[in-house]
Amino acid sequence: MKLSGLEPLIITPESNFINVGERTNVAGSRKFLRLIKEENYEEALTIARHQVEGGAQIIDINMDDGLIDGKEAMVKFLHLIVSEPDIARVPIMIDSSKWEIIEAGLQVVQGKCVVNSISLKEGEATFIKQARAIKRYGAAVIVMAFDEVGQADNYERRIEIAKRSYDVLVNEVNFPPEDIIFDLNIFPVATGMDEHRKNAIDFIEATRWVRNNLPHCSVSGGVSNVSFSFRGNNVVREAMHSVFLFHAIKAGMNIGIVNPAMLEVYDDIPKDLLEHVEDVILDRRADATERLLDFAETVKGTKKERTVDLSWREEPLQDRVTRALVKGIDQFIEEDVEEARQNVSKPIEVIEGHLMTGMNVVGDLFGSGKMFLPQVVKSARVMKKAVAYLLPFIEEDKGSVTESNGKILMATVKGDVHDIGKNIVSVVLGCNNYEIVDLGVMVPPEKIIQTAIDQQVDIIGLSGLITPSLDEMVYLAKEMERKNFKIPLLIGGATTSKAHTAVKIDPQYKNAVVHVNDASRAVTVVGDLLNKRNSGKYVGDLKDDYEKFREGFLKRTKQKEYLSIAEARKNKYKIDWSKSRIKVPNALGVTVIEDFELAKLIDYIDWTPFFRSWDLHGKYPGILTDEVVGEQATSLFKDAQELLNKVIDQKLLKAKAIYGLFEANTVNDDDIEIVHQDEIFTFRTLRQQLKKHAGKPNFALSDFIAPKESGLQDYMGCFCVTTGFGTQELAAQFEADHDDYNSIMIKALADRLAEAFAEFLHEKVRKEDWGYANNELLTNEELIKEEYEGIRPAPGYPACPDHLEKITIWELLQVKEAIGVELTESLAMWPAASVSGYYFGNREARYFGLGKIKEDQVEDFANRKNIDLEYAKKWLNPNIIEQ
Amino acid sequence: MKDIREILEERILVLDGAMGTMLQRHKFTEEDFRGDRFKDWQVPLQGNNDLLSITQPETIKEIHRLYFEAGADIVETNTFSGTTIAMADYEMEELAYELNYQSAKIAKEVADEFTKAEPHKPRFVAGAIGPTNKTASMSPDVNDPGFRAISFEELKIAYKQQVEGLVDGGADILLVETIFDTLNAKAALFAIEEVKDERGIDIPIMVSGTITDASGRTLSGQTAEAFLISVSHIPMLSVGFNCALGAKQLTPHLEVLAQKAPFAVSAHPNAGLPNAFGEYDETPEQMADQIKEYLDKSLVNIVGGCCGTTPEHIKAIADLVKDYKPRSAKTIETI
Repeated sequence: MKLSGLEPLIITPESNFINVGERTNVAGSRKFLRLIKEENYEEALTIARHQVEGGAQIIDINMDDGLIDGKEAMVKFLHLIVSEPDIARVPIMIDSSKWEIIEAGLQVVQGKCVVNSISLKEGEATFIKQARAIKRYGAAVIVMAFDEVGQADNYERRIEIAKRSYDVLVNEVNFPPEDIIFDLNIFPVATGMDEHRKNAIDFIEATRWVRNNLPHCSVSGGVSNVSFSFRGNNVVREAMHSVFLFHAIKAGMNIGIVNPAMLEVYDDIPKDLLEHVEDVILDRRADATERLLDFAETVKGTKKERTVDLSWREEPLQDRVTRALVKGIDQFIEEDVEEARQNVSKPIEVIEGHLMTGMNVVGDLFGSGKMFLPQVVKSARVMKKAVAYLLPFIEEDKGSVTESNGKILMATVKGDVHDIGKNIVSVVLGCNNYEIVDLGVMVPPEKIIQTAIDQQVDIIGLSGLITPSLDEMVYLAKEMERKNFKIPLLIGGATTSKAHTAVKIDPQYKNAVVHVNDASRAVTVVGDLLNKRNSGKYVGDLKDDYEKFREGFLKRTKQKEYLSIAEARKNKYKIDWSKSRIKVPNALGVTVIEDFELAKLIDYIDWTPFFRSWDLHGKYPGILTDEVVGEQATSLFKDAQELLNKVIDQKLLKAKAIYGLFEANTVNDDDIEIVHQDEIFTFRTLRQQLKKHAGKPNFALSDFIAPKESGLQDYMGCFCVTTGFGTQELAAQFEADHDDYNSIMIKALADRLAEAFAEFLHEKVRKEDWGYANNELLTNEELIKEEYEGIRPAPGYPACPDHLEKITIWELLQVKEAIGVELTESLAMWPAASVSGYYFGNREARYFGLGKIKEDQVEDFANRKNIDLEYAKKWLNPNIIEQ
Repeated sequence: MKDIREILEERILVLDGAMGTMLQRHKFTEEDFRGDRFKDWQVPLQGNNDLLSITQPETIKEIHRLYFEAGADIVETNTFSGTTIAMADYEMEELAYELNYQSAKIAKEVADEFTKAEPHKPRFVAGAIGPTNKTASMSPDVNDPGFRAISFEELKIAYKQQVEGLVDGGADILLVETIFDTLNAKAALFAIEEVKDERGIDIPIMVSGTITDASGRTLSGQTAEAFLISVSHIPMLSVGFNCALGAKQLTPHLEVLAQKAPFAVSAHPNAGLPNAFGEYDETPEQMADQIKEYLDKSLVNIVGGCCGTTPEHIKAIADLVKDYKPRSAKTIETI
């Protein structure tokens, strides 16, 4: 049988048991019923998502309840489900006893569904008509063992109805037999009534008959029914489900509705319990029910124990070392390395032999996509521990020198403080036996050049996150050319791009320049660059590639048309100020928050970027169950939670914030004037100049504040939050302990907390301090999707890419004096885990991207700001159109 | 005339190339689009290419002729937007049936000319059924994912009318193409099955999806194989992909169909990817070179062109396929 959601599900005779999720069923889940009744579809969706994340391969959806309009609820819920790719990837089972609900469901799902269910209950004519329609809609079907007489409750009736249904479907309707699934009715056993004794065994035997006599069809059923009489005793119920499934699956049941949490591993069921349960399920003794009831009293609530499998410790030494490295287990590495050291003549041989053998396995697995970044960083941690243990022995044994694959200088450029990506690349290259010279953050170009010369490095790698860093990189490329460098230059970091590298950096340096934005590529690129035989050709190809890319890029940019700044201003976004509601803030002026409680931020964390910083791509929480990276993401997430809890419990990071709300008006189109304590501060905004389609405005942030000439008093806010104090110290501690994994982790977490703090504070301001949104009720997901009124753009980001305005924010709020966050010479914030920006409260305020601007606006901006034109150009450079 | 199913066993069939690209060469004005009949129509009609089957039928026939001369076995009717849904843009819902009828009729006239002259190479008309400009699986409003601009029932009614026009006009095949939302296609297939049932006819159906980008999925999010499974309940002459990608980018997705589909496989890609100016500039030789890979790997039974392709492209393809045997679908297990 072949089914499909966004992805295929193919069930063959060799397939394992197919598990159908059942929590999105109003008859089976009281919580789901309540949510649907309350029309809380958002949360109802999370139930569906959990099912898929929990391993359901199909999800059953049922809206049959007297108090619900089933058809409407089915259609609405399915519409929403198909808009969620992480749910809609699996096929859907449309479950209803009403044909009109089934048909409405079939009309809104693009994939091949399963209909649950039809039967001969109302006679052959209806059965045939429904089956024909299902075939035309392209779905598989569950057929209940039910006919005009009633529901099949013994072996003979089950096979009689199944046979008749099958013949009608296959011979009269031409229904594909592989798309037929029989539900042969699972009924409870051990009810105390004699006629129920054979309920399970009859189902099992009927299943066997169906699979042997009705070719290509499947058999399904709802398993939890069988243990109905032992409600409240989960130990027995779980054992009953396992035993029932064990025998039913052997007989040919291949699909079922099972709650995976209510299932014991068959082999783990204690022998005595197993015997009693099997007596009941298989109806082996007349007194089976009484005996199980008695026994059940003794096993109620027994706790299970789990042990760690340490059998690998018995394996040969090299296997143990390799395993420790691949799995990132550092528990035994020192004793294993010691054992290895005893076996070799020089301690260095342990590194070159045992450890490198293991690291080569890691490298191969990573290169072929079978290991993921967080695992490799854990491997590196084990490697570092092992090397640290060996170092004293190696020093004792002078005269042995290690040969590395090459020496690589890594630095975050002047003015920039972000180093998570750089550290990851360093670790991964380190794992591949390159010697890393890490100069850290905010490294001046002279130091990079001098160190490269002194240490005779083979490659320079530069990283940066904020836009001014791009110019630093260009400058460094020029310097390398001037000093006649020959070594390759690697470019990486969130703000860098192949386009910028090709257009701006590559032409400055005659030798290799490569844009590398993920750690896994770094290894192959560095390998190719340093390969003595082929590097000439590789570099030649690279240069050609960048040249072609550059030409293509420049050609493309010429096509767009831009307006003069005067024309753009005429086409500004016009808010109807006579109708627009301006809320006077409840609290004007500046507020400082010292030492905010970190625990309150947990719910505000957007985890998706956290995974991205580890090169794991996908949306949280779907990423935790992703087919490819799910396992790694889950393990990384667990480690993150552990460290996060530690940070919170021991108050290892400090969260501080400062923010203010002020009287504000727009003046001269693009400037915003703020009055604070009788002093005037002016924010200069930038306006889009790209020629738009008719009716689309050219935005500037100043459009969202009432102009002075309107006579209205408007307001805006500014803020800075940080959770970065303490990060540096913690990272240093971890590094001293050879634990790069946690050193990177703490920085990534601090970044997430800062973003969460900004989100939290924005909500507080909207609801309390400014108070224009006191009725707002949003989930974290909606917050991440920015479904609130008003915006909080940050200087350096698309709506206002100019970093210079941060200086004004610092002066206005006295940020440095109040909470200690400083601006570097490139106007990055220090500590790095900080966020600053503006608050705009107008309901029409929106995020936009400035895009490219023309020289005339740069001149105008320089005049307004009273700064040198060249200085303005330097800061706005990434946004100025190429002439 | 020999049944197309038999011919498919023997050789690879060639589908025509782009209609729109050819029409652009004529630089038709608003007046040309209107013709005499619609000179007072209440809304502008320039760009309503389907309407040209009525107002400029000789040009449409000439384009069909050029493709047949280039070696095409099948031409598509000029009906990509021939539903009441797509025609609403021009307030021409009432004309949907007539447009399809007329388009099929003139295409069939040209096909018959050629079949008569070259009986060993019969020519066929495929009634083109486009995706419409609305989608049943996705909301046009990002803030309201539960909203739908069109329902299955509305699509089915519109498609049914188009199918009736095409069949009455003489189409030999129905081609549901450029499918970006499988649910729309399922509505079209549902409508076709209804027409087949009501009239007691059997008309071959070709189904062709569109993989929109490098993600390898349709716009509505399905993988190639999930798409195949979702339409396999209908007995099809062929299943394939067209548009959006060039021949080269389409290869991996065709490989999926070639391995899994128990039907013939078709491909009519664009002439490469659009350049910086939105134009397609893959030459006939370049495109044929890519298509050669399909043939070497034995991936297809029917091949032609979509956006940007011209009779020159089709000639290059037709010259190429002569030397190859078609892919065999017989080894594919269906159960």
